Amino acid sequence: MKIAIIDYGMGNIHSVSKAIELCGAKPLVTGKKAQLDSCEKVVLPGVGAFDDAMAELEKLGLVSAVKKQVESGKPFLGICLGMQLLFESSQEAKSKAGLGFLKGQVVKFSASLGQKIPHMGWNNLEYISGSCALLKGIKANEQVYFCHSYYPEASDKNIVAATCDYGLEFACAVAKDNIYGVQFHPEKSQSVGLKIIRNFVESC
Amino acid sequence: MLSKRIIPCLDIKAGRVVKGIKFLGLRDAGDPVTVAKAYDAQGADELVFLDITASVENRKTLVALVEKIAANIFMPFTVGGGISEIGDIRNILNAGAEKVSLNTQAVKFPELISSASKRFGSQCIVVAIDAKKQGDYWEVFINGGRTPTGIDAVIWAEKAARLGAGEILLTSMDFDGTKDGYDLKLTREISSKVNIPVIASGGAGKLEDFYNVFTQAGADAALAASLFHYGKLSVKQVKEHLKQRGVAVRL
Repeated sequence: MKIAIIDYGMGNIHSVSKAIELCGAKPLVTGKKAQLDSCEKVVLPGVGAFDDAMAELEKLGLVSAVKKQVESGKPFLGICLGMQLLFESSQEAKSKAGLGFLKGQVVKFSASLGQKIPHMGWNNLEYISGSCALLKGIKANEQVYFCHSYYPEASDKNIVAATCDYGLEFACAVAKDNIYGVQFHPEKSQSVGLKIIRNFVESC
Repeated sequence: MLSKRIIPCLDIKAGRVVKGIKFLGLRDAGDPVTVAKAYDAQGADELVFLDITASVENRKTLVALVEKIAANIFMPFTVGGGISEIGDIRNILNAGAEKVSLNTQAVKFPELISSASKRFGSQCIVVAIDAKKQGDYWEVFINGGRTPTGIDAVIWAEKAARLGAGEILLTSMDFDGTKDGYDLKLTREISSKVNIPVIASGGAGKLEDFYNVFTQAGADAALAASLFHYGKLSVKQVKEHLKQRGVAVRL
């Protein structure tokens, strides 16, 4: 199976690619529309600022290409910033809107929660949806690696596939039809993370 | 609950681990991937790689090394040492590092922190501070601890956080190498003044030291090098001790 990893200059494609390979699929790191069409699944990674990421996608002509992939029904996984971009907007953004496949806004952890920001390190998964193919076999209290200051507030709570507690309970995984998103880094979460990537390869 | 992190630190020279690594009977103690895998097996939460050669020519070697590590170890790691440009940061992050650590260049050109955090996000910009007690304050040293700056480490940490640093890697030059425990006063002072995570470094020698730095000094992570390299303690032993005493760790 060929899985595209969208390369738009926003970090950390290498680990994702290797993790996919380890899970038995063939990763194709690409920023080209035609190549995206040739893949059966798509991953949108991302590290960095929301506006910059959207600007890069626009510059490379990838906004419509990503839209086409999502609408084709292909399993689509957004990781970290790549997941945030799937929402309508972000508090971090000064000029750009998100891709809008998922309803809701990406917001910043409030300093009033009394937690240090960024949320950095290993934290427990609290609630896990039993029906989410991406999280098959993952149990509550297993830990994954987080490294972020913003989190998504989904308008439709039914898309929340897992939550994490950091002063407040927030959605750290979302799933809607063929669209999946994780705020944490499965490619950096050792065996638990690799299990999630394997689920994406085999079960989504 | 967010776990307290235990972070082994490895010094890298021309793509190889330097300083002796004498634990676990590694066949090639100089290969960063082999060492990283051993720490992975011990349950390390992150790794820090410090490039101590840091020449322009060496940048390419370093990026190739980062790629190799990321291809083999699915855990977060930070890369530091001589990073001076946005291009370096981009290459290292793209190669698979989770974070980069800035030290001397950030002191000389603080705007590097703001431009890097704006471009890549605060969460991947670590500012490393080497501090030494001078009378009634802690002074920042640069160039691997060789050059005093006259800058107050607490004020510098606050400024770095304001400029967009996502984490402080705080090394006490007074305690480093002593095995007498972390500098609790320095760590507490900085951890209470900034609202970003602080990694304590320098002085770890026994299990108690880790417990103290988390419970008395507000550290979010504790880094150690030789203690782990020489196998005096394993990461797992440290974490089991912490868990037993009620500190949240990932086991």
